[in-house]
Amino acid sequence: MFTTAIINYGVGNLFSLECSFNAIGHEVTITSNPDDLKNSERIILPGVGAFGDAAEKLFSSGLADVLISEAQRGKPILGICLGMQLLFTRSYEFGEYEGLNLIPGEVKPIRDVIPGSLKIPQMGWNSLTFMNPSAIYSRTQRDSYVYFVHSYAAFCNERYITATTDYGVPLTASVQRENVYGVQYHPEKSGNVGLDILRSFCEVKS
Amino acid sequence: MITKRIIPCLDVKDGRVVKGVNFRWLSDVNSPVELAEYYSDNGADELVFYDITASSDGRKIFTEILQETARHVFIPLTVGGGISAVSDFERVLSCGADKVSVNTGAINNPALIPEAAKLYGSQCVVISADVQRVNGEFHVFARGGRDDTGIEAVSWIRRCVDAGAGEVVLNSIDTDGVKQGFDIEMLRAVCDAVNVPVIASGGAGCIDDFVRLFREVPGVDAGLAASIFHFGEVKISDLKKRLHDENIPVRL
Repeated sequence: MFTTAIINYGVGNLFSLECSFNAIGHEVTITSNPDDLKNSERIILPGVGAFGDAAEKLFSSGLADVLISEAQRGKPILGICLGMQLLFTRSYEFGEYEGLNLIPGEVKPIRDVIPGSLKIPQMGWNSLTFMNPSAIYSRTQRDSYVYFVHSYAAFCNERYITATTDYGVPLTASVQRENVYGVQYHPEKSGNVGLDILRSFCEVKS
Repeated sequence: MITKRIIPCLDVKDGRVVKGVNFRWLSDVNSPVELAEYYSDNGADELVFYDITASSDGRKIFTEILQETARHVFIPLTVGGGISAVSDFERVLSCGADKVSVNTGAINNPALIPEAAKLYGSQCVVISADVQRVNGEFHVFARGGRDDTGIEAVSWIRRCVDAGAGEVVLNSIDTDGVKQGFDIEMLRAVCDAVNVPVIASGGAGCIDDFVRLFREVPGVDAGLAASIFHFGEVKISDLKKRLHDENIPVRL
């Protein structure tokens, strides 16, 4: 039994993420082994790149099924960036793709909702506006800045949204449905604010 | 609201920061890791490491430095210098870099940007352009600003963005090192031409230069500088406080 498993399904680089957990004193196991996911106390679903490709890798490897059953058993799960988007029902990035459906909602281009003068992707530091309370923000002050890089955002029932960020309009910055958490930003690149968010997530119990 | 970014740039050769650094309170002022930590603590929004190493041994040391930095610094890190193939992207991304900037590599091999964007996503492909006025035209220069390619810069940058670059670093050779302010005219021309983030580089001499930059070119997303930060002429925390006082959005 070990503490935190980071799912390695061939999407993006995990070195920085591993370093950020080590910095807060948490050992992590980067793994694509279903048994490791079952034996961990919590699971991180990372990801950069395109939704369709990532979802295909997650489903075809069988890791999606393990993740869904672990989530249903009440294990804390944190999706980061594309990993958060994968938690939702479907995405319209370059087509239409099914996600894990752990949180009901859809992923759509931010271009459709933001003012035309703003750039795509949203790249840089933006502040968090808290919505529903979440355990991952136990150490975080309101209006703290975190680092975003995204061209798509999650659209879902307000009750799952724990923070928004203002990019011309409020965009979903983080979500939670019971033991399933997601952050659109990169906590591993958000300085001490980000490390505190990871620290708080690591304290969540099944 | 998304904030304007302040980015110190470190030139690294054989694993050491070159260009004299003047922080007496750091135990090793030429250590990229220590300097990166210092800037991060001081409010830098992002860091650029520019590898000016020529030898392969130096390259290996550089990637070790990257890994060590990733263990201690948790803000975005862009790596540039000597990026000429997709394998160079892989080498630095696997060691903790978040973005990779290409300059001469994109001039010599126009396929590099689309290939890298397809593999790693546009968000980590940065086109870095050294640009100088030649007979009233903006020209792209190669090899660290030494060779005039004769290519018109604004249309070339736009082509790079169309091919998949997700961010632009515009370094004006005309204003670089002069410390009389950023190249407002050149930056405006580029910001009008692309819809991805643009980072201004070259010419910062004092805090007022950053205020003028963000006021006069609202499309600019970030200001990059090296020596004024290294020599302690401008402290990043002071700079950001002043920008905040001037109602320019920054992360404090």
